[in-house]
Amino acid sequence: MPELSRRRALTTAAALAATAAATTGAASAHSSTATASGSAGSADAFDEVYKGRRIQGRPSSGGGHHGGGHQGGGHHGGGFAVYVDGVELHVMRNADGSWISVISHYDPVPTPRAAARAAVDELQGARLLPFPTN
Amino acid sequence: MTVRKNQASLTADEKRRFVAAVLELKRNGRYDAFVTTHNAFIVGDTDNGERTGHRSPSFLPWHRRFLLEFERALQSVDASVALPYWDWSVDRSPRSSLWAPDFLGGTGRARDGRVSDGPFAAAGGNWPIGVRVDGRTFLRRALGAGVRELPTRAEVDSVLAMPTYDMAPWNSGSDGFRNHLEGWRGVNLHNRVHVWVGGQMATGVSPNDPVFWLHHAYIDKLWAEWQRRHPEAGYLPAAGAPDVVDLHETMKPWNDTAPADLLDHTPHYTFDTA
Repeated sequence: MPELSRRRALTTAAALAATAAATTGAASAHSSTATASGSAGSADAFDEVYKGRRIQGRPSSGGGHHGGGHQGGGHHGGGFAVYVDGVELHVMRNADGSWISVISHYDPVPTPRAAARAAVDELQGARLLPFPTN
Repeated sequence: MTVRKNQASLTADEKRRFVAAVLELKRNGRYDAFVTTHNAFIVGDTDNGERTGHRSPSFLPWHRRFLLEFERALQSVDASVALPYWDWSVDRSPRSSLWAPDFLGGTGRARDGRVSDGPFAAAGGNWPIGVRVDGRTFLRRALGAGVRELPTRAEVDSVLAMPTYDMAPWNSGSDGFRNHLEGWRGVNLHNRVHVWVGGQMATGVSPNDPVFWLHHAYIDKLWAEWQRRHPEAGYLPAAGAPDVVDLHETMKPWNDTAPADLLDHTPHYTFDTA
């Protein structure tokens, strides 16, 4: 699975095996083309159950449907929104096309789906809180 | 004058006073305001938009000012306290005295990452995680789990050798000292340490772990070391770069200080060693 082979080896082999087992198989194997444009629609939509949790990603309208950030709004996921069990996970696209989320902010991964999976790993079953958190 | 010391050389009394001052800021609510500010910038700073606290040239002066604010808050509780720094290239093991129960406490337990010793363990009742991105209200760590090794001194030296402070496009894709120190590119220093600690330190609300301050105090010291190695090199961009803080532009959220005002740390504090 190219999707898995490209993931940075941050998790153990066992966790990766669990990932493969938990993935529904509906997941498309191809992913975003890494560009520096940050344009909307640069990553593919996904919807799967990963480690028992539903993760979804899709192009979003962008344009500040939430008030997060010190600049008073704006969606910073490059026009892409990610959800864990229906709660939006704040994601961000880096200049090199890699992605991070507020749950693992210092550790870029290749795709929004990988960011969603990393968040599920990190959450260990805990619920995500809607952002902004305050 | 404030002297920032290596955490490994603090006396028992210095550790006790630092911890007590941090706990008092938590108790009176001032601590969590720092967490909130940091997370707001983390989610707001973007490579293709306005960026101030991270992924930009002002990463270093912004955190210098942020740490100064925190240090002044600590000193309002106990005037003898200074921020210690953690040289993770030397104290690179979960067995370091930094993680002992008389200072920051150790790593989290396997099941849920919960830190269960030290003054910041949830069981002590003194360290509720109030500003958070998920439902968990206890301090978590997974030392060495997200990435096996902390940076080495040789890796630090390779970054300190870089002669240019920062380069266009002034973001996570940049070449130069700042971005290599921040870690979006190259051997990865600052970012990797956040990942190595794990728990809240790996998230946007990383100041929930008091080690945040010791990590950034060392990043700040590395900036000072870089300046001494490259006295001819200065902060860049000097002027005219959109979305990033130029040398003489003021920084949010304070709006009263520019990078130019923060290049010299010595009016505010010195270090125990050069």
